[in-house]
Amino acid sequence: MPKSYTDRLGRKIFLALMTVQGLGAFALITLAVILKKTQVARRVVQPRVRQEISRSGSAMMPLFFFVALALGFVVVGQTVSALARVGQMDYLGSTMVIVIVRELGPLLTAMLVLARVGTANVIELGTARALGEVEALEALGIDPVHYLIVPRVIGMSLGIFSLTVYLILMSLASGWVFAFLQGASLTPGDYLKQIAEALNSLDFVLLALKTVMFGFFIAIVTCYHGLAQPLRLEDVSQVAVRAVTQGVMVCVLIDALFIVLYVLT
Amino acid sequence: MSDISQPLPVIELYGADIVALRETTLRVLENVDWTVRAGEFWVVAGLSHSGKSDLLLHAAGLMVPVKGSGCVLGCDLREFGRSESAGRLRLGMVFADGKLFNQLTIAENVALPLRYHTNQTDEECAEAVARLLDGMELSPFANLTPANVPADWRLRAALARALVLRPELLLLDHPLGGVSTRHRDWLRNFLDQLWRGHALLGGQPMTIVATTEELRDWRHPQRQFAVLSEGRFMPLGAWDAEKFAQNPAAKELLSAPAETSY
Repeated sequence: MPKSYTDRLGRKIFLALMTVQGLGAFALITLAVILKKTQVARRVVQPRVRQEISRSGSAMMPLFFFVALALGFVVVGQTVSALARVGQMDYLGSTMVIVIVRELGPLLTAMLVLARVGTANVIELGTARALGEVEALEALGIDPVHYLIVPRVIGMSLGIFSLTVYLILMSLASGWVFAFLQGASLTPGDYLKQIAEALNSLDFVLLALKTVMFGFFIAIVTCYHGLAQPLRLEDVSQVAVRAVTQGVMVCVLIDALFIVLYVLT
Repeated sequence: MSDISQPLPVIELYGADIVALRETTLRVLENVDWTVRAGEFWVVAGLSHSGKSDLLLHAAGLMVPVKGSGCVLGCDLREFGRSESAGRLRLGMVFADGKLFNQLTIAENVALPLRYHTNQTDEECAEAVARLLDGMELSPFANLTPANVPADWRLRAALARALVLRPELLLLDHPLGGVSTRHRDWLRNFLDQLWRGHALLGGQPMTIVATTEELRDWRHPQRQFAVLSEGRFMPLGAWDAEKFAQNPAAKELLSAPAETSY
């Protein structure tokens, strides 16, 4: 292999490791600030947390209503016809649990929140950084991590958790409607019973953990790129692209981690 | 041995190398020795990109010299730079273009440090902010966001935000740059009152450091002057036109046409 290629590869690996190190340090600093400053300036930070929960949660409910309908129709539509062909309609509930509750629901929610709110995070924070607002906060003795990052991290974690629950419930409901429209001989009671039997307590725990982790890390990745290093205005768009790419990678890695956990348990 | 009759130093830099905010490998000033004592009014002059803003950021503890040491308000710069430092609230800083928070109104911008750092009720904060805005003729803009306020008034709002916690030391980065004659006169007069002790802030005299590209705008027998040139910090002492004219850097800054008469 030519030396220039190995140099380039080495540089890429080194940069990737530096980014991982930076993200890890930023995540730890944010966690420390969340734990250490719970009682500091609550009347300033709490409204910002509520605003972020609204932005990453309730403000996205109309979009998620549409996505949930589509998801229910697509997944159940395919599943009902496939299971009907092999006469295994009893597996509809467990298939829905695996596909929607464990996999598609959380991952799709995370991706949509990343695309809509995560991008806005990078642009807002990158612009604030480029315009010197971060230095202005520091000059006022206000910790930028406490004022700018903590509300976003908490808001996005709770927002993704809530939206995932909403998406799952709406998808399962729309799924039954589509199964009914396809003429499947499945009463709502049977459908709910199948789903309840397919679920176990660990599903609820892991779902909560997974969605909170999605929210935490999407917020960390997007805030890190927007805030953690000096930026010029012209760099903001490039940084936003990088942040979204890394956000997707982090979500996929977390998802893979939870697949392993599901398999092990 | 220090002279005990002199006021205490509030800013001390010893052999400090100052780096640029946007490029931390670039040393814009080297070996800066500077002492600002309580009650002084310093004017630091230099051409564009001479390191004025970076020097102020270091003096404010927002950046740490790569070489040398320093203290602000008796606290080591490294400690002072931490946002938890109580000393930080004794220092106010006004950035070149104000750097107000765009999503907050002018009143919210000014109230932010009060609401964040003090236990005053929202009503008390609102009252204190209204009094300050009124005293600085900013009341008509109180409920507007910075984007809807003229630039001259934005700078005044940034000054109000820096003053709301009643700091002992005020740093202003190029406050007269691009400001209309009316606002320049108002600002010079207001800063002079702050330095002597403004009734709006309890009459306590304030230490002030301002940067400028126009030496003549600031001439005053009781102010201390310094110039930045070719990576060096040169204290000049009190205003002396003849002495300043012998310093090439000061001469250059004096020969530039003043934007207004004083």
